[in-house]
Amino acid sequence: MRLSEVPKGAPAVVRQVDEAHPADLIAQRLRDLGFVEGEPVRIVARGPLGGDPLLVQIGSTRFALRRTEAARVTVTLEDVA
Amino acid sequence: MSTAAMRVALVGNPNCGKTALFNQLTGGRQKVANYAGVTVERKEGRFLAPSGRSLHILDLPGAYSFEATSPDEAITRDVCFGRYPGESAPDLIVCVADATNLRLHLRFVLEVRRLGRPVVLALNMMDAARRRGIVIDVEELSRRLGVPVIETVAVQRGGARALIEFIDRDLATTPVAQAEDGVTPEALHAQVREILAATVAMPRQTVAIDDALDRWALHPVFGLGILAVLMFLIFQAVFSWAQPIMDGIETGVTALGAWVTGFLPEDSALHSFLGDGVFAGLGAVLVFLPQILILFFFILVLEESGYLPRAAFLLDRMMFRVGLTGRAFIPLLSSFACAIPGIMATRSIQDPRDRLTTIMVAPLMTCSARLPVYTLLIAAFIPARPVWGIFNLQGVVLFVLYFAGIFSALLVAFVMKRLRKDKSEHALIMELPSYRLPNARDIALGLWERAKIFLKRVGGIILTLTVLLWFLSSFPGPPEGATSPAIDYSFAGRIGHLLEYVFAPIGFNWQICIALVPGLAAREVAVAALGTVYAMSGTDDTVAAQLGPLISHQWSLATALSLLAWYVFAPQCMSTLAVIRRETNSWRNVAISAGYLFGLAYLASLATYQIASALS
Repeated sequence: MRLSEVPKGAPAVVRQVDEAHPADLIAQRLRDLGFVEGEPVRIVARGPLGGDPLLVQIGSTRFALRRTEAARVTVTLEDVA
Repeated sequence: MSTAAMRVALVGNPNCGKTALFNQLTGGRQKVANYAGVTVERKEGRFLAPSGRSLHILDLPGAYSFEATSPDEAITRDVCFGRYPGESAPDLIVCVADATNLRLHLRFVLEVRRLGRPVVLALNMMDAARRRGIVIDVEELSRRLGVPVIETVAVQRGGARALIEFIDRDLATTPVAQAEDGVTPEALHAQVREILAATVAMPRQTVAIDDALDRWALHPVFGLGILAVLMFLIFQAVFSWAQPIMDGIETGVTALGAWVTGFLPEDSALHSFLGDGVFAGLGAVLVFLPQILILFFFILVLEESGYLPRAAFLLDRMMFRVGLTGRAFIPLLSSFACAIPGIMATRSIQDPRDRLTTIMVAPLMTCSARLPVYTLLIAAFIPARPVWGIFNLQGVVLFVLYFAGIFSALLVAFVMKRLRKDKSEHALIMELPSYRLPNARDIALGLWERAKIFLKRVGGIILTLTVLLWFLSSFPGPPEGATSPAIDYSFAGRIGHLLEYVFAPIGFNWQICIALVPGLAAREVAVAALGTVYAMSGTDDTVAAQLGPLISHQWSLATALSLLAWYVFAPQCMSTLAVIRRETNSWRNVAISAGYLFGLAYLASLATYQIASALS
């Protein structure tokens, strides 16, 4: 599942960041910011117009990502017991 | 090696407190706020250690990684790698990290460590970390990183003492940091996770109050509502709170002027110079200090609180549609104070296209130098009527003027977006900081700095131009038997009458035309110049202090509205054009920006004047 499709508040874990095109600086930056395999993430808020951008919590940091940016991140939803 | 020339660089993630530490070390007063990208330049200061030796401290823009994606990050990378023009790599790198956000910040520490230079880690915001119950095993952290670790609280007096002592004692002996290999982002993060697991205990990932505030501030409906109310309140406050103080200043300046000129013979040149030039000119500008300070008070509070990136988040979609980015919100908001810091702040925008668009539209944000002109005209021509019981018509008109600037900025950005050939993706990726209660001392200092800048402008450039204008409007004197006021025969009068041919269609009389010329150097000068011009053409000395009532008799409403429209657009500021040249490194951009702004100004004024004349 893509991070851009994760419902608000649902806990997820990053699997990988895909490059949208070769030498994708955005993908590179996402990895630098900690979007790497095994990191738990969560959507905290969505922008008022068209649900864009997304506010993504990773660790104790919150990043605003546009949907197209978040779509580069593949995640797995965690089962909430 | 001589230690006198040794240089210490402060590096770290954005918004971790580097500049606050820099200010502690150097006694400097660089701007500090709560968002990523406050510092966009390399700043240098001198640090006098307790032992008496002197060091150079470099404050660098925040960076997430040496893989720089914006111009400010590139500066940091170049300085750290010793590639910055004209300087070698720093002798000691103080890597600053936010103790409440080590998961993100330690990664950059590891990158810095790989440089193989002497590195010390300053664990900043230790007060906030303790409050949140975060426990850090500093010794173990230091052992694992292989660099000395020092706790600091940069926003507290004495909060950098341990760091100061360390630099003083161990600067020359700090070991070169050694790093194992591990080049991929995944490997670096794995290392961070391992170190964190062994050294940091964190009871909760986020601050409860942040979560609660963000639920409202970022709410799709309430969030936008809060933002709109906040912006509107600021404009109302600027207009209504300042009035009593402004009246006081006006009375004071008039009285002082009358008292000083009272000692001089009535018809002497010095009497005219002081009365018509200095007091009429400067007094007209000085009066606006309270409004400018109120505006800055709000901007400073918003900056310190951490709210601004939230506003950027809310507006990103809208700004993106018109060809900007949410990141442009902060530079554009700063441009309401002054376009120059606003344009410089665009360095934190990664995308060069977004950055250029932001630079181009920044002058359309109503800077504080336009306030004197707006206020003068609004007070003279717009009645102070209540609107819907709670608002004041004058405040509403001011809001409309600000809004006209914003709206045209969006329009211009949209046109630029359509004209652009490169349609590849733009990036946002923006960190939202923790909220922070603004510190009263910092706000007071910020206001004091601002007041000093304003007074320096008044005492420097505005005084010089006013004196020059007084000279030009006094000489040559009128011929024998002249019937019109003396100013008609002076240089300034002649220039004004010449310019009137160009500006008559938009309703400007020759007095306004004169005032526009020195207004090119600084917008507020236009008000000072009008004060001088009217004082010179009048016979009554008391005229000087009452520019408002005077023009409200002499100008038509259409002329006043036309001048207001002119000021929304006109690029009447040389310093802004100069900073556009510096930041974009292109005369072409300067020409485009000046050209389109003049064009818009003339068209807007023409339309306003002709419509208003036809209706009245």
